[in-house]
Parts: sequence; structure tokens; C-alpha cells
Amino acid sequence: MSPRLWSYLRRHARSYVTGFLVGSLASVLLMLDPLLLRLGVDAIAAGAGGKVLARYAAALVGLHLVVWVLRYLWRMQILGASRRIEAEIRNDFFAHLQRLHPGFFQHTRTGDLMTRAVSDLSAVQRFVGPGLMHVSNTVVLAAVAVGFMLSIDVRLTVYLMVILPLVSLTFAVLGPLIHRRYEAAQEQFSRLSARAQENFSGIRVVKAFAQEPYEIQAFADLNREYIRRNLAVIKTEGVLWPLMSFLLGLAAVVLLWQGGQAVVAGRITLGQFVQFVGYLAQLSWPMVALGWVVNLMQRGSASMARLEEILRQRPRIADPPDARPLPAARGEIEFRRVTVVFDGVPALQDVSLRVPAGTTLAVVGPTGSGKSTLVALIPRLLDPTEGEVLVDGVDVRRYRLGDLRRQIGMVTQDPFLFSESLRENIAYGLDGPDEAAVLRAARIARLDADVADFPHGYDTMVGERGVTLSGGQKQRAAVARAVARDPRILILDDAFSSVDTHTEEEILSALREVMASRTSVLISHRISTVRHADQIVVLDGGRVVERGTHDQLLARDGLYAALYRKQLLEQELEEAEVDPA
Amino acid sequence: MSVLPPEDDILGRAYDARLMRRLLRYVRPYRAAVAGSVVLLLLAAAADLAGPYFVKVAIDRHIRVGDFAGVARVAALYLATLALGAGVRYAQNYITQVLGQRVMYDLRMDLFAHMQQLAVAFYARHPVGRLMTRITNDVDTLYEMVTSGVVTVFGDVFLLAGVVAALVWLDWRLALLALSVVPALVAVTGWFQARSRESYRAIRVRIARINAYLNENITGMAVVQLFNRERRNFLRFDQLNRDHLAAHLQAHRTFALFFPSVGFLGAVATGLLLWYGGGQVVQQAVTLGVLVAAMQYTERFFRPIQDLAEKYNILQAAMASSERIFRVLDEPVTVQDPPDPVPLSRVRGEVEFRNVWFAYPATGSPDSAGSSPRAAPARPADGEPPLPPGTDGWVLRGVSFRIRPGESVAVVGHTGAGKTSIINLLLRFYDPQHGQVLVDGVDVRRYAQRDLRRHVGLVLQDVFLFSGTIASNIRLGTPEIDDERVRRAAEFVNAHRFIERLPFGYATPVVERGATLSAGQRQLIAFARALCHNPDILLVLDEATSSVDTETELMIQEALRRIRAGRTSIIIAHRLSTIQDVDRILVLHKGRIVEEGTHRELLARGGIYTKLYQLQYRDQEVLGAAGDSPAGRRGAGG
Repeated sequence: MSPRLWSYLRRHARSYVTGFLVGSLASVLLMLDPLLLRLGVDAIAAGAGGKVLARYAAALVGLHLVVWVLRYLWRMQILGASRRIEAEIRNDFFAHLQRLHPGFFQHTRTGDLMTRAVSDLSAVQRFVGPGLMHVSNTVVLAAVAVGFMLSIDVRLTVYLMVILPLVSLTFAVLGPLIHRRYEAAQEQFSRLSARAQENFSGIRVVKAFAQEPYEIQAFADLNREYIRRNLAVIKTEGVLWPLMSFLLGLAAVVLLWQGGQAVVAGRITLGQFVQFVGYLAQLSWPMVALGWVVNLMQRGSASMARLEEILRQRPRIADPPDARPLPAARGEIEFRRVTVVFDGVPALQDVSLRVPAGTTLAVVGPTGSGKSTLVALIPRLLDPTEGEVLVDGVDVRRYRLGDLRRQIGMVTQDPFLFSESLRENIAYGLDGPDEAAVLRAARIARLDADVADFPHGYDTMVGERGVTLSGGQKQRAAVARAVARDPRILILDDAFSSVDTHTEEEILSALREVMASRTSVLISHRISTVRHADQIVVLDGGRVVERGTHDQLLARDGLYAALYRKQLLEQELEEAEVDPA
Repeated sequence: MSVLPPEDDILGRAYDARLMRRLLRYVRPYRAAVAGSVVLLLLAAAADLAGPYFVKVAIDRHIRVGDFAGVARVAALYLATLALGAGVRYAQNYITQVLGQRVMYDLRMDLFAHMQQLAVAFYARHPVGRLMTRITNDVDTLYEMVTSGVVTVFGDVFLLAGVVAALVWLDWRLALLALSVVPALVAVTGWFQARSRESYRAIRVRIARINAYLNENITGMAVVQLFNRERRNFLRFDQLNRDHLAAHLQAHRTFALFFPSVGFLGAVATGLLLWYGGGQVVQQAVTLGVLVAAMQYTERFFRPIQDLAEKYNILQAAMASSERIFRVLDEPVTVQDPPDPVPLSRVRGEVEFRNVWFAYPATGSPDSAGSSPRAAPARPADGEPPLPPGTDGWVLRGVSFRIRPGESVAVVGHTGAGKTSIINLLLRFYDPQHGQVLVDGVDVRRYAQRDLRRHVGLVLQDVFLFSGTIASNIRLGTPEIDDERVRRAAEFVNAHRFIERLPFGYATPVVERGATLSAGQRQLIAFARALCHNPDILLVLDEATSSVDTETELMIQEALRRIRAGRTSIIIAHRLSTIQDVDRILVLHKGRIVEEGTHRELLARGGIYTKLYQLQYRDQEVLGAAGDSPAGRRGAGG
């Protein structure tokens, strides 16, 4: 067992110990049930009176009443603890993910993390819950039963002890085989689903090339193979229960045959014979469970290892040992010979830039030129491979991470909103509810008119459970979210691509007022967005190829000027009147 | 506040005669298997019931009279019955499962085949994820119903009846006594089922919430960190986690109360038998063997009662699933073949649009428009036909044009001008609201869809590659296309060279929809695909792709020129450079054809085309200047 899992278990040692004790007590008591039956039967054979029998009957009922209470406690203690451990691991997993750098999530598929958090975690829970519960119970039950049985008749006990472990063995052997075949069937099922999904997504191609009959044929083939693999599972799985009930039945037969003859021979009484039958009944299920538990443990350990793979990941972006506080930044930003390399490919090369506090920097350039990489360095979503990024003259890596980010309002390229109300989304970066800030931010981002049209105003839920926002609305909400925290540094990474030019102009002029004394960094494809910036840099292939003001860059007649002329034409076309030919 | 989509979370009645009849239609072909399964089930139950009887016989006739050989005989009989029972049980289970698998196969095929007939509009209306649920989970639920629902109900009922009959046959007074705990058992089981159903539902809803929140936080982790939300989101997650824990503890409490209570009721029944039955034995009213057998029979009716209660849940889920499946199966085929389609063996290639008005059915998801603002206003202007209900506004407004066989025509226009709709109508993905689309002088609605589409080759802008190999993506499923034809087509469109250089040539697997291929390479594969199917009319949707390098760009243009030769071609183009040598250019603007002529004529007019052309020219200037930046590079680049 892994040390980490062990430490979770130790934290709940009290529950487990209580559970084991209570469970063992219940098992011992249950073993008295066959004894009472024997006494009853022997009494009947001896011709005892109703009173004696009534006493045995009452004892039997009373015994089970106590077992009821004990078993209730047993289950609640152990299963409850296992659920608590599950919740703790889930919390730790979540907290650990929060500490990991954003780059980790670009390299790891969300689906993979989700599988670990869902399937693997529940495999671990089954291990520490039902697994540990049954294994302890079976051991105690078997020990007590064997003790009682030995005290009656050694030979019968030996017979049972040869047959019963076969039941556990059946499960332990067939279980993994079934599991493997089941996995193979699931794999085929994934193929079948993938095929259907591809068909639905590419339905236009399917129809355009009249491929429906072929698609149906291909789906039928996959479907048939899926059925075939399912039947392979069924063939093995179908053996399991009949075989186990046969083995249990075999034990009963041997008992009847050998035990019956023992009674005839006078070696044991009829009551003792009935007692043996009782032990067999009590042991059946735990013996089955034992085989099952072996599988649970194997799968649980493998799953725990998969969870630990994530929990062992070291956060690459974290506070330095003696982090500097940054209560209020002036907002000066400087890039000093910054180079960023992804998987051996440079995204930024030797970039040096200074943005004085309170000024605006605009970044333009073709797709893939490194614009987003550049701005991601400021709030440390990413650390440079070489060089340094400074805020107020200090390397950002020396600040407390939380402090640094609190100074920054950023709108990322993908305006990710959460499935919460619009108000909560706008107030996402605020420390507490602040209605005024929310309203002000919505006004600046020109979201207020849209909100007025929503059924529940600012309480409208975003996403699947509420309204589906248009691309432009999402971007404006993201702008409001960034503005609401009244940042010293505002970063807009292509924040207006889905917002029409007119609205964008309005937002920008509203922002100019609010941000008068703050530092802004904007990335845009639109000249209209960037022309008023104090400083414009053109990135290409990770290098700064042009820099200056709008007028300076136009005069240079380079990449920037070409982009400008193109956009003027586009604008003319947008406004062209319809003139039917 | 449910996280599950509402449609998928409705659980209605557990039995609906109409749905059941329809479901049974799928079982009917396998009547023999059902009958066989039921017979075997009865046999297995009978074998089950034999055990206590043998014990009784052994005790009364042999043990009590000291008959050694008799005990062995009974034991041997017992063993034989057990072996038979195990065999029968295995066979019964196998037959039932095969039956279930067959039904599942049929249902899934029906569903898939029906969906293949449905119009493209259906797919625009339903998210792929939801359709996937129909064909995966919902079908599985019905499988469960067939295998563990319908058939085993018989088994449980028979076993119960058998136990009661055996008890009464042994001794009716003992039977009454043993059965006296049944009302309590039924009550407890009913309570348990209701409670556990509630708990399971609560657990499902809460785990869905946790997973949705986790998923969202993983996806938006950069935003979480940027806005310093780690602590607060953790507290929220912890809260969700606690809610989930509470639901589980509630469920465990129900189970922990229920499971031992069954044991307790069993003890009560045994106690009663011991006390009263024991007295009867002493008075020699019944034999000891009868008493022991009665005790063992009593144990055996606990299981089927619990099983039957479980069936309720299965039935309920199955009804909900079948309702959803049948809703898809009942979805009308809106774009249908005519009853007597005009045969279309050879196409001359004349295409005509006659005063075509077209609006897309509303999808209800405004987000899909995304960043491309629709040019068309929803409000009908003067002289326009009223907008049909449930549509998103006119996309084509009285479009008419005619293309002669063998002519190549380009349709150009700005984003949202309605260019793609022309393809959608010509291929009959949609039908227009007014006007007609004709091929060879006949309305396309009078042809069989497959005939029509077999003669029209399509090259889409976002090339859709299927999992498989390069060759299978060119050939698709058409069996007549052999490797040689695939290769010739690829050579013709200049794709052969790069395909040869791939690790396994034509057999190179296509993964993740061709993510490892460049956009230009995917485009060339699409050309080869269209060419292979030897169309009489060629449709090319060729929007500008910025990530194509100059060399590939030239190869695409060359390929396009080649496959155009000798067939009617309609090129929906953004890259005006590709179409300067077509016979005619139609300029589409806001749903109307506003200009028409050759490249030269249109440039001379100085209208919309001229502006589009200049725009393209600038575009290329910008791209050219930026040309040395590696395209489509990974990473967090701008």
C-alpha cells in the first residue's frame, strides 16, 4: 500500500478500529446462531417442551437484533470513513491542480484528469471501503466458524475447508479474466462511439459522397464485433455464479452425505449436523466476497498510483522562498532580453521593451508571432526561458504570486466564463460582493444594455444552465471582469475580435478615462483598436520587427502600414450599398 | 438547479403500455429464444427448490433410521441436481444475454440507419453529444431491461411461487408461520427501494455537479489563477464535495439499516418455526426433516422479493430511454426522395437557380454565429416574402442564375453573403422555401438524393478527415475505387508526392481528424477524394486559409485548374487569385447576386468585386510580408 494512502487511512484509524471491532463482535455473535439452532434441534429430538423451545427462539431473535445494531455501526464506521477519505483525496487533488502552472493543462488532456478524478478515485474508495470491510470480516468469521466446527467434528471441518476456499479462488481467478475481456469490449465500444461521433460530425461529407450505405455497413461491422466481445465476457462471466453456487452446493452435499452418515454412526447429533449446515450458510457470502475483494484491492492500488502521478507533479510557477509583497504597483513593465522556447521552438526571441507606468502598449502581428506569449509573462502564467520581466523594476518572479496577479486585470484570448451568474462572473476577481463595481464594469464594457434584456438581469446564469452568450457578449463580460477589479495593469489579449468596431470604439474610449493613470497592454488585429496607443510594437516570428506610434509606423510603410490599408478597404466593403444587378 | 440536461434527467412511469409494445417488437424475432430461456429458468428454479427437499428426505427417511446407503443415495441425487442446475443456469443466462445483445444490435442499427436518412438540418439542431447518448447509453439501458428485467421477472415470480407451494406442501401451518414475516419484508424492501432510489438520484446529481465544477476549473485554470480565485474556488469545491459526502452517507445509512434487517427477519421466521414447529415435532405432528426443510425454504424467498423490487428501477430507466430513442426514430425525414424519382444515370451538368429564397431553420443557439456577423437583417424589407416561422432570416433573396454544361463559374462575396447556401441547396442538404434549384432542367427534389449526390463532387473548406488511412479517406466507402484509382487521383491533384513521403505512404493512419497534416495537405486530399468519385458537377468551397505555405498554395491552384477541366464547376471562393480564369464570376452580396461577368469585366465596373479584389490583394501583401513566419505553430503565440 502506498505511503500516501496509508496516511489517509491513519487519519481515520479510530473509525477503522471501531468498525473492525464492532464487525468482529457481530461475526462472533452470528456464529452463535447455528449453535442455538443445534441446541433447539437437539432439544426437539429429546422431546423438550414448548417453553425451552420458546427460549431458544427468543434468544435467536435477540441475537439477530444485536447483530443488526452492530452491523449497522460496522458499515457506517468503515464505509463512512472510506467516503471521507474519498472526499479528502478529491479535495487534495483539486487543491493540487490549482497550484500547477497553466502550461501543465495545455499538455494534459482535461479528459485524462477527469478520468483520474472520477474512475480512479472511486476504485480507491472501493478498496478502502467495501474492500477492507469485507476482508477483515471474512477473516474473523472464518476463524470463529472453523473454531466451532473443529470442536464438533474434525473430519467434516476439513471437508468444508477444502471446498469453501475454492469459491474464493473461482472469483479471484475468473475475476481478472472477466475484467480483461470486459476492457476489450469497452475498447470496442469506444470505437463504435467514435465512429458514430465522426459520422454525426462529418455528416455533410457522408451525404455529399452518398456514403450512407457504406457508413451503415461499417457501423454494423463494429457493432457486430462489439456484440462478439460482449458475448466473450458473458461466456466467462456466465460461468462465475453457476460455478460458485455449484461449489457451495457441493459443500452442502458433502455435508449431507458425510454429516448424515456421522449422525447415523452416532459420531455427532442431528443438532450438530444442523449446526454445520448453519455455518456453511453463514460462510457462503463472505467466501464469495473474499474473491471479489482481492480484485478490488488490485484495481484500487493501480488507481491510487495513477492519482499519485498527478499529485507528485511539481508546480513550476510558485512563490519564491522570500517573496516580496506588492501592495500597490505603479505599473511600469519592462521586458529585458526575453526569450521563450516551447518544446525547442522559440516563441519569443530576445524581446526588450519598456512600458512606462500609466502608458498604453499595443501589440500587433500575424497569427503565431508570439503576442499572447508576450503578455502571458506579465502575470506569470508563463515564465521566460531566458531574460526577465520586471514590474516596477523588480523581476516578477520575486513577488508574491497572489500580490502580483491582484494588480493585473487580464482578458485572455478565449473569454472563458464560468457557469455562474453574470454578476458572479463580473465580480470574479473581487474579494467580496461589490454591486457598484459590477455595475460600473458592465457599463464600461457596454454589457449593461444586453443585461437589461436578459430574463434575470445580472442573476442570469451563464452557460449550459442559463443563456448562451454570443461571442461578443462573452468578450465584453470578460472585459467587465477584468475592469471590475480596478487593476493597475490592464491586459487585453485580442479582447474585441467578436465585438463590432463601433462598440469596441465605445468601450475603448470609456476605458481610456478609467485607465488614464494605469498601464494597459492591448493585443489586436484591428488598427482602429491600437492606433491611439502610446507605443505600438509589431511582432513577427517572435521578434519585434517594428515599433513606434501609429503615425511613425505608417510613415515606415512596413507590415503595419500594409495591415492598415487592408482594413480600410474591408471597412468600405462592409458599408457598401446593395445594388442589385 | 440540475446540472444534467433536462431532457436526460426525466424519469417517468415504470410501465407504459405503448412504449412496451413497441419495445416488444424488437424482441419478437427472437421468440424462440425467449421461450427457451423461460423454460430453462423454470428448470433452474426447480433445481433450486430441490435442495431442502433432499435434506428433508435424508433426515426423515435415512438419517433418523440409520440408513448409511440411503444417505449416500440422496447425496448423489442432490449432487446431480446441483450439477444440472448449474448447467441449466449457465445456458439460460447465455441465451438471455445473446437475446439481449441481438436486440441491442438491432435497435442500434435501426437508430443509426434512420439517422443516416435525416437531413443536415437535424444535425444542426441537435448537439452531437446528445445524439451520442441516444446511440450509446439509452440503448444500453434497454439491454439491461431485456436481460435482467423481462426474463428474470419470470424466474423470480416462479421461484417465489415455488417456495410458497413447497412450504404449503410440507405443512400448511408451518407455511403460514414462515410467511408471516413476508408483509414486514415487503414493507422494509419497499422502504429501502424508495430511499435508495432517492439517495442514488441525489448522489448522481451531486457527483455531476462536482465533475462539472472540476471540469470547468481545469479548463479555465488560467482565469482562476489570474483572478486569485484559488482559495474561494477551493472552498466552493469543498462544499460540493461535502454535499456529495452527505448524500453518500445517507445512502450508506439506508443500506446499513436494510441489509442486517433482512437477516433479522430471517431469524424471526426461523425462531417462529423453531418454537412452534419444534413443538409440533415433539408432538409428532410433523417430522424433524420437514421442519429443517421449512427453515431452508424460508431462507429462499428473501432473494426474489429483493430482486423484484430492483426491477422497478430498471423498468423506469428503460421507459425513459426508450421514449428518447423512439423520439429520434420518429423524427421525420424532411429531405425525402420522391416516390418516383427521375432516373439520373448521365448528367450533362446544367445547373440553374430560379428565384431561390432560402432561410436556415433556427438552431436556437445564437452562439454558433460566433465571430461572423450575419449581414442579413431578420426583418423582411419591402417586396420580400414574409419570413417563414422558425427560421433565422433570409440568406438568399431571389437568387437566379444558370450555368451551362462544362462551364466553370465562381461565386464570390464577403463573409455572410450566402455563398455556402448555394452548395447546401444544390446538394439538397436543405430545400429552399421559394423557387427551384434545377440540374439538367429538372428540379433536384425530383431526383433520388443518392443519384444527385453521386454526380456532384464536393470539396469542403474545413476538410473533414475520418479515422482510417490516407487511402481510405480518398476512397471513402466506395468499393469500386481501387488503389490504382486512388493513386491516379492523388497524382493528378499533386498530392501523390507528399503522401509518398509519409511514413506508410497511402496506408499512413489519419489520427485526430488529420491534425498531423497541414491545412494545404488536407485540402489536396479533399481534391483527390472528389476527383476519385468522378463527378459531373464539381463544387468547391475554397475559403482562404492563412496557414497554407506558398508552395502548397500553388499546388492547390494547379490541382483546382486541372480537375475543373471538362466538367461543370462551381467554386465558392475567397481567394480571388484562384478564379481569375473561370468563365464567369457571380458576386453575391447580402443574399443577392449583385454583379456578374468575367474577372476583367468586373474589375472594370469598379463595384463590390473590385473592392473584394483589392482586399485580397492587400491580404496577400500582408501575408507576403509575414511570409517567413512559420505557419500554424504550436504554443501560446498571438
